[in-house]
Amino acid sequence: MRDRPKLAVWKFASCDGCQLSLLDCEDELLAIAGAIEIAYFPEATRAVIEGPYDLSLVEGSITTAGDARRIHSIREQSASLITIGACATAGGIQALRNWADVSEFASIVYAEPGYIAALEASTPISEHIDVDFELRGCPISKRQLLEVINAFLHQRTPDVPRHSVCMECKARGTPCVMVRDGVPCLGPITQAGCGAICPAYDRGCYGCFGPSESANVRALAAWWESLGVPGDALVRALRTFNAYAPEFREVSDDYAQRA
Amino acid sequence: MAARVIDSSGLESLLTALRRSGYDLIGPTVRDQAIVYDHVSGTDDLPRGITDTQEAGHYRIEERSDESLFGFNAGPSSPKDHLYPSHDELFSARREDGRIRFTATVHPNSPRFAFIGVRACELAAIAIQDRVLLGTEAVDLGYSSRRAGAFMVAVNCVEAGGTCFCDSMGTGPRATEGFDLVLTEVTPGAEYVIETGTSRGAQLLASIESLPAGPAEEQRVECGISNAVRQMGRRMETDGLQALLVDNPEHPRWDQVGDRCLTCGNCTMACPTCFCSTTEDRVTLDGEALRSRRWDSCFGLDFSSLHGHSVRASARSRYRQWLTHKLGTWHDQFGMSGCVGCGRCITWCPVGIDITEEVAAMRGQVS
Ligand code: SF4
Ligand code: SF4
Ligand code: SF4
Ligand code: SF4
Repeated sequence: MRDRPKLAVWKFASCDGCQLSLLDCEDELLAIAGAIEIAYFPEATRAVIEGPYDLSLVEGSITTAGDARRIHSIREQSASLITIGACATAGGIQALRNWADVSEFASIVYAEPGYIAALEASTPISEHIDVDFELRGCPISKRQLLEVINAFLHQRTPDVPRHSVCMECKARGTPCVMVRDGVPCLGPITQAGCGAICPAYDRGCYGCFGPSESANVRALAAWWESLGVPGDALVRALRTFNAYAPEFREVSDDYAQRA
Repeated sequence: MAARVIDSSGLESLLTALRRSGYDLIGPTVRDQAIVYDHVSGTDDLPRGITDTQEAGHYRIEERSDESLFGFNAGPSSPKDHLYPSHDELFSARREDGRIRFTATVHPNSPRFAFIGVRACELAAIAIQDRVLLGTEAVDLGYSSRRAGAFMVAVNCVEAGGTCFCDSMGTGPRATEGFDLVLTEVTPGAEYVIETGTSRGAQLLASIESLPAGPAEEQRVECGISNAVRQMGRRMETDGLQALLVDNPEHPRWDQVGDRCLTCGNCTMACPTCFCSTTEDRVTLDGEALRSRRWDSCFGLDFSSLHGHSVRASARSRYRQWLTHKLGTWHDQFGMSGCVGCGRCITWCPVGIDITEEVAAMRGQVS
């Protein structure tokens, strides 16, 4: 039997929730550990096996000059590199500061803001290095994570559809909350993956998985207006976990300017 | 058998008799602020005194002034959700002694569904899915077994909804075929004229108490159906429609609808005739593979991905594909239109794109 591929899990600016999805794979964790050598995963174990690594999972966004350097060395040590979660794929909720003054935030939050050396913007990993696959979500879906690892092990394309949340919503038989109740929902422009949880609980989609493959954000925004949603509420809806994703950003900028 | 009349306890007995014969009753019921098809056990689960109002991108349920059990129109779900569910296992494969062993998923004891309250447009949609999923060598085995076991209790519409246009498509509001029994609610919540379509329907009807229907009752059936025809919320002119669509791939209207369309796929998921699906493989880490079918949509990019690129990259081209297939090339492929006029794609489009309006615009009848 050939050696098990070596897996490394890296953290940048993030809440650790996506890495936890891996630990959350309770039933499958033993099978994963049997198929893959978990070589570097500080969240799970202090034992460290040196690189290079066959597969790196990268969580978090780039927010410091040190991070911007570190990600290059990780890329060099990794045969395949997959980013996981909204922080790594779109800059995360911390990218809200890309519209604000970081030094002002720092002065409010920290007693000694002088110690804080953050970049002006929080950016996705793909702005810094080549990425082999981006797994979306805030947090990512455990099912999709397993699929991606599985696909990597079998050298096939992962089955991670990039179509809308609506397709999952209809597949699970939820009558559309926007049509039946006028609840503003981001489902039509958001990538599937969550299983359309929020509409199943009478809420509109919050856009956790970022823009879908051909998101027509402007057309949905116009419809929201006709439902009576004020422009600033639309801006807030687009500026959450994937605020800095270009498709969302463009339209939220337009509406913010109009306000 | 000539038409009979049953009262509400007769309807209850009918449902009970079906249940006793081993059927799983699927009927309209209120859930999540909508009238959906789901498991029901008797008339108490039906939407008594509830109706819906429908417009493009708009659906609300509200109370009626009477006790009608069937006083509403096509809702978000259709019998497709049960006969051709969004996800269905096909086969599994496993590596054994250096060989791959395939095992087809068998559906021996598929539930036997009895659909209660199926509308004429829905029966027409089932006939279309029969043609597509059973009418060639590539039979869908899951559909086939669920379909074979199904019993249909249809209902003639005596009112039509805001997005209904079955009258234009020649599919309703009167159910003419594809049912075992058909009801017409002549006194809301109290009195039903019942007609038979098959011998098993007649057998079932003979087992419950009923009275012969007189000319007065038959007259009320006709009145109700004419009322539904008058109430059609939408209409679509079908003359020469195939050619109109096929000959106008560059019509400017496609650009306009492409600007509005979200490519979300809701229309195809809600449509009772749309059948497109893709396959998904789940492979366990130790190498057991399970292949399933899941609903897909021509509004997704992967759907038309050939050799790594989608040939229908724009929303315009995807909407054009959907409409042209549904109303045009479907005729070449299956000898019928792919649209039964149920209005679901209009109501459940989250931005209210209206298939009848698009056709009228192509004809130059809309500004
Ligand atoms: S509830 Fe949201 S996700 Fe579901 S179909 Fe409606 S718009 Fe799409
Ligand atoms: S295309 Fe629209 S109106 Fe026609 S059958 Fe499908 S959902 Fe109903
Ligand atoms: S389209 Fe016709 S048959 Fe279908 S619900 Fe409307 S009126 Fe009834
Ligand atoms: S026509 Fe409406 S429901 Fe269909 S894909 Fe476009 S926006 Fe979605």
